[in-house]
Amino acid sequence: MLAVIWTTLRLATVTTVLLILVSTPIAWGLARRRSWWKDVLGAILSLPIVLPPTVLGFYLLLALAPQSPLMALLHPFGIRSLAFTFTGLVIGSMVYSLPFAITPIRNAFEAMGEGPMEAAATLRASPLDAFFSVAVPQARRGFASAAILVFAHTVGEFGVVLMIGGAIPGQTEVVSVRIYQLVESLKFDEAHLLAAGLLAFAFCVLMVISILDRPEKTP
Amino acid sequence: MTRGLEARLLGQVGTLTLDVTLSLPPAGVTALTGPSGSGKSTLIRALAGLTRLKGQVRIGDETWQDEGLFKPSHQRAIGVVFQDAGLLSHLTVRGNLDFGLRRAPQPHVIRFDDVVDLMGLSHLIDRKTAHLSGGERQRVAMARALLTQPRLLLMDEPLASLDPDSKASILPYLQALHQTLALPVLYVAHDREEIAAIADRIAVMTAGAVIGVEDIIIAPSLEGRSRAEIEALAQAALDAGLLPRVRS
Repeated sequence: MLAVIWTTLRLATVTTVLLILVSTPIAWGLARRRSWWKDVLGAILSLPIVLPPTVLGFYLLLALAPQSPLMALLHPFGIRSLAFTFTGLVIGSMVYSLPFAITPIRNAFEAMGEGPMEAAATLRASPLDAFFSVAVPQARRGFASAAILVFAHTVGEFGVVLMIGGAIPGQTEVVSVRIYQLVESLKFDEAHLLAAGLLAFAFCVLMVISILDRPEKTP
Repeated sequence: MTRGLEARLLGQVGTLTLDVTLSLPPAGVTALTGPSGSGKSTLIRALAGLTRLKGQVRIGDETWQDEGLFKPSHQRAIGVVFQDAGLLSHLTVRGNLDFGLRRAPQPHVIRFDDVVDLMGLSHLIDRKTAHLSGGERQRVAMARALLTQPRLLLMDEPLASLDPDSKASILPYLQALHQTLALPVLYVAHDREEIAAIADRIAVMTAGAVIGVEDIIIAPSLEGRSRAEIEALAQAALDAGLLPRVRS
């Protein structure tokens, strides 16, 4: 059981870190530029929210399988398939949680407005410098929300990980899938333990987010 | 004699057509005034490189903008004080002051301790910016602008959002600034007393153009007057042979 929990936490941590790195420039682009393609891109990036996880998992499985054009590109690097691997699971989780990372960061960037970036420019900070020294610290709550949401969402996912992970013990088997299997084999006591653990975890996550969402104190 | 600011800016921003020729001496405060919507803030933003207009901007021997050249804000030695101060809320007062100072090229002629003294900030230095009054915020913004080692100081109605008491309390700091600085200052203001207290000359702007620059002797109150009245005032000044006579 510890191996399952460890795989789950490892997956959630790796997914969170990588997804924040990937989402930040996307969120910045969506928050700053005004044009028609923003809505199109925004809609595409939000697809994982409304798609059934099995649909997403199915397409990801096809994309990560040996015959896929995507994997063909990786053949020269000695990678034949990422289906049923931890790496594949990370990629799937990132796609699945993408909107949960982008939305809070984008909202934080939008709430900041143009003012601080303009002030930074008049203080001799180049755009890249101002991005790291002003925009990122000013949007820190957005980053915190994104990290917590992605971590929690990854811990809670089921359909995608089952489709592309295959529940290989010690590699791709995570808590939510284990609970399903325990129930199938009528081991309710163990299922209770893991389920109650996830319930407590989810409650703590929502508490932290509501504390983070409180406006900063001003005199 | 070294040259100050020479600017010629043309462009369309929203419904306003801006066509400005402005020349400022190497030192002294020029108050920029005129009805709202006449393009004062746009001019400030264009000089700062925040709004892109066509034309030329030169300061001393340095060109910031030309036909084939446009230096963005962070490559212009400007200090800007915005109406809302524009402090960086994630930093303390010291953090805000250091932000520009650290990025300014050496040597630093304008020194940290001197500016903190001048603006009376030593007791506020470690405060968060959210815990400052309106007047204190503007003093921090002015100190911060000075520490970027500017060659041109731009102030866009820095006192407009303050109550009369805060305004009165900040004027001495502005006057101290005025007496210390050896660089051109362009200061947008409406209030006659404010202009009289700190400006050496006044530039009047209407409908996207600077219609005249004159020494402070005549400073008709423009507050509450219609555009027609201000144009009539400007015309009267022209008729009297006062305007336009741009000094350099």
